Amino acid sequence: MPSARTTGTRRPNAGASARLELLEALLVAANPAQCAQRALAWLQRRANVRAALCLVAHGGEGPRLTPVASLGVPTARVERFSVDLEMRTHPLTRALLAAGPLVLATNGAPSSVTPLGRRDVQAIPLAPLQPRDLPAGLLLVAPPSATIAREARWLGRVLGPRLAALVARARIEDSEQALQRERGLLASIINAVTDPILLTDGEGRMIIANARAETLLATDDDQSEGRRRAVALNNMLFSAALTRRAIEGAEAPRHEVPLVDPVDGSDLLFELLSTMTSDARAGTGIVSVLRNVTDLQRATAELEENYRKLRQTETDARAERDRLDLVIDSVADPILVTDPGGNTVMMNAPAEHLFTAPEAASGEVQRAVQANDAHFSSFVSNLFFEGDSRRRSGSISLVDPATGAPLPMEAISGKIVSEHGEVTALVTILHDRTEELERARLFEELKTVSAGLEVKVREATGELVRQNELLRRSHIALEQASALKSQFLANMSHEFRTPLNAILGYTSMLLKGVSGELSAHQRRNLERIDSNSQHLLSIINDILDITRIEAGKMPLTVTAFPLPALVREVLAEVEPLIARTTLTVTTEVDEALPPLQSDRQKVKQIVINLLTNALKFTAQGWVTVTASKGPGDRVAIAVADSGIGISPKDQEIIFEDFRQADDSPTRRYTGAGLGLAICRRLATMLDGELTVRSALGEGSVFTLTLPHAPKDDR
Amino acid sequence: MMMSAPPTLVLLVDDYPDNRDIYVQFLTYSGLRVEEAENGHQALDKAFALLPDVIVMDLSLPGLDGWEATRRLKQDPRTRDIPVIALTGHALAGHSKGAFDAGCDAFITKPCLPERLLEEIRAILAAAPPRSGDPTS
Repeated sequence: MPSARTTGTRRPNAGASARLELLEALLVAANPAQCAQRALAWLQRRANVRAALCLVAHGGEGPRLTPVASLGVPTARVERFSVDLEMRTHPLTRALLAAGPLVLATNGAPSSVTPLGRRDVQAIPLAPLQPRDLPAGLLLVAPPSATIAREARWLGRVLGPRLAALVARARIEDSEQALQRERGLLASIINAVTDPILLTDGEGRMIIANARAETLLATDDDQSEGRRRAVALNNMLFSAALTRRAIEGAEAPRHEVPLVDPVDGSDLLFELLSTMTSDARAGTGIVSVLRNVTDLQRATAELEENYRKLRQTETDARAERDRLDLVIDSVADPILVTDPGGNTVMMNAPAEHLFTAPEAASGEVQRAVQANDAHFSSFVSNLFFEGDSRRRSGSISLVDPATGAPLPMEAISGKIVSEHGEVTALVTILHDRTEELERARLFEELKTVSAGLEVKVREATGELVRQNELLRRSHIALEQASALKSQFLANMSHEFRTPLNAILGYTSMLLKGVSGELSAHQRRNLERIDSNSQHLLSIINDILDITRIEAGKMPLTVTAFPLPALVREVLAEVEPLIARTTLTVTTEVDEALPPLQSDRQKVKQIVINLLTNALKFTAQGWVTVTASKGPGDRVAIAVADSGIGISPKDQEIIFEDFRQADDSPTRRYTGAGLGLAICRRLATMLDGELTVRSALGEGSVFTLTLPHAPKDDR
Repeated sequence: MMMSAPPTLVLLVDDYPDNRDIYVQFLTYSGLRVEEAENGHQALDKAFALLPDVIVMDLSLPGLDGWEATRRLKQDPRTRDIPVIALTGHALAGHSKGAFDAGCDAFITKPCLPERLLEEIRAILAAAPPRSGDPTS
């Protein structure tokens, strides 16, 4: 075109230096936008352009034309603008693929084809970097002119490759940045995972590891020896696990890897999950995820332990319950557990007996059970309403359903209170008070009887005391009387003796002829006086003897003496009496008898008495005195006669004071009747006894039995 | 001029006149001298005055009784060697013991025949140590 050439020719130097200047500017541009902006600015200066827009073509999937730089176009319009290159019919697509610049005419109407408004637009394709590539972009310039066409065509040739290169470079930089971002993100993601994650190569070398994996498996030089050793150990364990995993294959159920925490030295347990990865360039690798199952294991163990404890507790509870049941059932007293609703939760066998009745039970039993239940419910509900006391006892009257007998019961209830202070149950024990009440009643009776008895005893005791006092007094009176009697008799004896002494004395003197010779008649009368006085004296002496014995004033003089001599002596003394009879008196004395230890005088007195009695009561026949060995260690002295004898009923009377068998005033035989009484008393004093064996008309045998020696305590 | 020894002097103490009379009659009849006293005081007076050869003492006496009289006689040096024969109607054992305790040399229970008393006097005089007629000190 001549005009353009002319211009060019006209200022060839200026045009050449301007292009050179632009080329330099384009070469030093850092990025496509700067590059394109400089190109547009240059074009404005060179060709008086009003508005311009530089679009870059992006290839690959979804190819588009997007603005990179603009001039004289509102920014908002530019930013929103883009052309889909798939739309082949779009004027700009067509312009891009055209062989050279095109003019897009708008004919003055607003156009949506370009952001340049209603102006006509010169579209100039920008040359690609490689000749066969898609054009690098499209330059839109308005208004179209020959200068613009010429300059823009050149510009398209130089700007296109340069822009394509910058766009490519920017694209690489962008994708690298994105890659870096993604890498960083990925790293932070895997680092955020608390389980160790790592990628190892075929030789087990660690290629990628997250922070946790590094802590466990990687080491720095500045770490402590302990940590380094722990890490080395962990690596060994991990490698071994990987190897085992490789050998056993992925089908193995679980791969557990025990590791050590290098920081605190605690034992950790991991489950190994590993996956083979194949990459053409990187070769085979293994991605391993170690899932920390330490806590899981611990939790499992705890869970198992808890379960075991639960089972144990359950077993214990069951055993406890069984035991409790056993205990409660073995208690003889009824026990009931009631809930706050008044329902019986539990009862033992004795309670069941009172509060339950079989279906088939009689109406009476049913009614008894219902009555019991009503009484019990009333008792229990009262207690539930009493807030303050936890325990209460009271009496309720129940009935034995089996027998219908009344059962006075003592009920003791205790509340079972939960942690929150609410009453959850009530335990009641019933105790049969029948026996207790019966005992109390018997006790009362006993007390009454006892009180009555006490009164009677007191009365009786009082009476006894009174009687005792009377007895004591009468005893004293008796003793006094006895003493008085003894004294009286002693005095009497004395008073008798004094005149008797005179009578005997005078008689004796007269008989001795002190007062002169006596006639035979006088002498005979005096002898009668003497004889009677002697008899009176013997009576007085007998009375005195009895008095002495009764007063305990008869002294004993124990000596050893031979019996034969004593018998001879007695016979000699009694000889005058014998001489007056016609009786045959004989003695039979065992000369071998050892000496007798006794009171000789008393023994002699007894024998004389027995002998004189025998002579007195035997009219004819014989009298025999025998001394022989008696029963046991005793000596028997017997006086037998052929006299009148004594009837059995009189055989005791004769030993009484002042008694003879014939007590009549007209009795034949003289004597005070004191002889045998004294003899028996004397025999007793000598630890012996005096007995009689006789029958009326057949004579008598009086036997004195004496111990060989007196008792020691005498 | 030496004379034969005077007859034995008996002091007879008894409050019962008839009994004194019997023994006085009989002892005198038997050749003894007899002085009488009817109570304890008289007995002491006569004993000290006459110093008899033997004293026959009834124990139951009015006033000073026989036991006490004997005790005093036996305490007095002039009369302590004179034999005392107790003669009593009390026959209980306690009496004889009381009599010996008082110092009596013999004990006879009434009734006592006069010849029996004479025997007792002779026996006790025979047993008694010969006495100087005149007590010294």
